[in-house]
Amino acid sequence: MDLGEINPVLLVASLMVAATPLLLAAIGELVVEKAGVLNLGVEGMMIVGAISGFAISVETGSPWLGFIAAAIGGAVLSLLFVLLTQFALANQVASGLALTLFGLGFSALLGQSYVGIKPPSMGEIHIPVISDIPVIGPILFQHDPILYVGIALTAAVWAVLKYTRIGLILRAVGENHDAAHALGYKVIKIRIMAILFGGACAGMGGAYISLIRVPQWTEGMTAGVGWIALALVVFASWKPWRALLGAYLFGGITVLQLNLQAAGVAIPVEYLAMSPYIITILVLVILSADKSSAPAALSRTFHASH
Amino acid sequence: MNAKTLIGIAAVIILGVVGYVWFGQSGQQQALDDGTTKVGFVYVGPVGDGGWTYEHDKGRQAVEKEFGDKVETVFVESVPEGPDSERVMTQMALEGADLIFTTSFGYMDPTINVAKEFPNVKFEHATGYKTADNVSVYSARFYEGRAVQGHIAGNMTKSNIIGYIGSYPIPEVIRGINSAYIHAKKVNPDVEFKIVWAYTWFDPAKEADAATVLIEQGADVILQHTDSTAPQAAAQEAGNVVTFGQASDMSEYAPFPRVSSIIDDWAPYYIARTQAVMDGTWESANTWDGIREGMVAIGEISDAVPADVKEEALALKAAMAAGEYHPFTGPLKKQDGSDWLGDGDVADDGTLAGMNFYVEGLEGEIPQ
Repeated sequence: MDLGEINPVLLVASLMVAATPLLLAAIGELVVEKAGVLNLGVEGMMIVGAISGFAISVETGSPWLGFIAAAIGGAVLSLLFVLLTQFALANQVASGLALTLFGLGFSALLGQSYVGIKPPSMGEIHIPVISDIPVIGPILFQHDPILYVGIALTAAVWAVLKYTRIGLILRAVGENHDAAHALGYKVIKIRIMAILFGGACAGMGGAYISLIRVPQWTEGMTAGVGWIALALVVFASWKPWRALLGAYLFGGITVLQLNLQAAGVAIPVEYLAMSPYIITILVLVILSADKSSAPAALSRTFHASH
Repeated sequence: MNAKTLIGIAAVIILGVVGYVWFGQSGQQQALDDGTTKVGFVYVGPVGDGGWTYEHDKGRQAVEKEFGDKVETVFVESVPEGPDSERVMTQMALEGADLIFTTSFGYMDPTINVAKEFPNVKFEHATGYKTADNVSVYSARFYEGRAVQGHIAGNMTKSNIIGYIGSYPIPEVIRGINSAYIHAKKVNPDVEFKIVWAYTWFDPAKEADAATVLIEQGADVILQHTDSTAPQAAAQEAGNVVTFGQASDMSEYAPFPRVSSIIDDWAPYYIARTQAVMDGTWESANTWDGIREGMVAIGEISDAVPADVKEEALALKAAMAAGEYHPFTGPLKKQDGSDWLGDGDVADDGTLAGMNFYVEGLEGEIPQ
């Protein structure tokens, strides 16, 4: 065992990278659920985002366009969910699962000619002086831009939900859509916007995996991150900063346990392998002792005639 | 959530899964008993993983090409190991499959269970060790390929740290680690292996993370026993790190970081076994073929490898193909220092098949 082989600076830097796809997807889903919609299609939207982002950035040579395409791809797929649940009034759970199955298959089809290609690199932000500060520089100021987008998005979602009129309306729709409707808010329209936002975030999260974290395209490469994001939203009690904490914990412990293994720490590998799940759940459950509960109208179908 | 909703959700999930399996098999004509032989394949990853499952699916396509209209193949991909796979196999058997290949270690008990229910269907389980009257096992001597990898890896490393991404601590993977280590150590006595268990066969993000962690801890050669090409991408990103293709050639990462590969060639075996079912000569067997039979191939060694090392590696391969050299030849000791093989002795297949110990020099414990 030699803990000295673990470089804490690199560790923190790479845990942020590991956490970002999860964070992006979870923040998107959080907004969707705050609006009273349960979209289980996160995994599907992520993988479609992963391939749309990958394909566009390979074709255009621009990772930025790739991320925009990924957001659009995820949002377009979520349109299918909009059609099913907001217009056809289908069951949200069923539609979400359908979205995931469809997304996995569809992305495999789209991605056939992109296997084994290297995407253009986004590069890292390098601010003179600040990025070169020892320890803090590599941890905070030497990442790809999307990682900061994830954090900024968390802050933005938190601020909007908490302090703005739009946030209040969104929460009203999610808590009691009949009351919101009676007040004259367009419940369906607001929910559609939320679902599209969720799709775009999930798509970007997927593209983060295919463009930055791995970087390559492989069928089924999200491998369940979408489901973890869904669970994270619940354990984070629908609070953005807790989602961030949860994502960083999960990503962090995933990377840490691999580091501990490589350094030969004498903890049985089985415990290390399950630790990200257990510790994340534990911390978030303890935090959620304040009894914050799910949006009251979560996964209930709204129809103006009610 | 009330009971009604729960039942609704359960029903939807079941429908979804059944539908998924159904679509996995669509595009194939429903089997009528018109003399065609129906062959099923159960895959652990997607056919596009670029590694393990990709090669099995190439084998399936070779069967289709060989027999044309006389055969019909079906496959289901990304089937989790464990109870869920029983359902998939049962479904295949019910739909009239005559022969079913289950292509991952974790399908071992499910295969045996389902085979009991369908005595007339032949099953072939890859990399396992449990057989029955209608269950064969087959595997490739990947450890022969690992010997070649170890030889090259030991020569190529400058930091003397070789990172190894293990999937699950099963004999097949442990054999690979031991074989690679023995041959790396032979050419480079200072070499050290860092082993990380990913506990997955296929999860590109996690495999890439594992590779990155190993590189950060000083490894400049990465060997992988997981199925995707993600570690190759991670190594390429890091620069100056050597990798090897696993299960498939992964030539899209050649000539560097991928300097060589172990390729599994299942096609001849799949064709022979399908033929045996057609002829009615199929019998339960335990096949374990290596470089000599062509089930294990060594992908082209790229020019990134010095010419003399390449030559030695090819000579090693030739010696194994000729049956002159066995990768586990004594004197060898176990990790705890106890004697395993005397001078000149070679390991017997029984020990290899159940290998659950590291050889001397490797650090860390095998998770049990």
